[in-house]
Amino acid sequence: MKFLCVACDRQMLFEERQLPGDGTLAAAFKCPACGRVVALLTNPMETQLVASLGVVIGGRTVPAQPLETVRGMVATGRDDAFTDNGQRKTENAPMWSPEAQERLQRVPSFVRGMVKKVYTDYARQHGIPEITPAVMDTARAELGLEAM
Amino acid sequence: MSLNLRTYHELAGADRSGLPEQIAAQRRRVTERLAGVGRLIAVMSGKGGVGKSFVTAHLARALARAGRAVGVLDADLNGPTMPRLLGVDHSPLPTPDGAIEPAIGVDGVKCMSMDLLLQDGAPLTFRGPQAESFVWRGALEAAALREFLGDVAWGALDMLLLDLPPGIQRFHELGDLLSTPPPVLTVTIPTPESRDAVRRAMRAASDRSAPLLGVVENMVDGHFTGTAGADLAAEFSVPLLARIPWHPTPDTWDQLAQQLGSSA
Repeated sequence: MKFLCVACDRQMLFEERQLPGDGTLAAAFKCPACGRVVALLTNPMETQLVASLGVVIGGRTVPAQPLETVRGMVATGRDDAFTDNGQRKTENAPMWSPEAQERLQRVPSFVRGMVKKVYTDYARQHGIPEITPAVMDTARAELGLEAM
Repeated sequence: MSLNLRTYHELAGADRSGLPEQIAAQRRRVTERLAGVGRLIAVMSGKGGVGKSFVTAHLARALARAGRAVGVLDADLNGPTMPRLLGVDHSPLPTPDGAIEPAIGVDGVKCMSMDLLLQDGAPLTFRGPQAESFVWRGALEAAALREFLGDVAWGALDMLLLDLPPGIQRFHELGDLLSTPPPVLTVTIPTPESRDAVRRAMRAASDRSAPLLGVVENMVDGHFTGTAGADLAAEFSVPLLARIPWHPTPDTWDQLAQQLGSSA
């Protein structure tokens, strides 16, 4: 997008970008000859359309961040979806097979975290890479956790 | 009065926004990120409920068991199921070095899915003016798909399976994002209704010159009757790679993985 100062027949130069509110995007341009400043104001839908493309009007001042659009635009995202310390939280933790996950879901939610930890610790201590229903049965028997 | 207006290209000064350059940079990011991926395969159907994700997950696991480095990109943004199928939990995803680390599922299959990012049970909802959101929602979903391709540290993979949602929209988006449309593995169930819907998807892929790798007929010998798999294979001159019974065994998936490996 370029702006032409018709009176001077000169290309206007980008001055600044603002988000003044209500979803409006404002971009100001100045004529280098006469100093006249004009502002482009987009309506919220136009602003949204541009944002949806993952581009920045007026140009980027910092490199694009990973999943920038998703992280910025998804309203129903988890607060803890990412960790910025570069470490996988459950590194070396055993996997849960789909069947074991299904079974875990049947545990009442208020104790599910504790139950999950019990099985995870058991698998880790025994070097078991994947928790399956069979592993859960064995752990229950060995640990005397028949209610889990 | 007639104004002295000129064309965009007649103004020699730079366009500071550089939107075409920004779009080009996005494409480069995707290309560079996928440089370590040997084969990119879109698993699609055009028909819902035929078991695409189920087939994708078990195929990925079979390939991994055979020693391949495999990833699955869950491109069904509104109905993501891949983490559950691959036994992935919702641990936070690390973000080292300007990229997102994919989750690791059973058999070491790498996985990226919108399910990992959404609140439990919440639909995918975007910020923005909700009135007439249809105008921009498609663009945002395409952007999310682009970021899943370009911002996830897939690393060196023998194969990246793209689990597409029903319909052909996401396939067209993929074709636009990648330099060439990906090869397609098609999933159907035996019924004539499925055949008719899947035929349209295969034709759409063929029209974009995407290689058709073959057909997988799922849910065979159960409640569904018909010959959709054989019909589509014959019509498009592609192999019927597998007929998956209602109760498949690991051997079922191992054979499909072998078939796919030999259909380069």
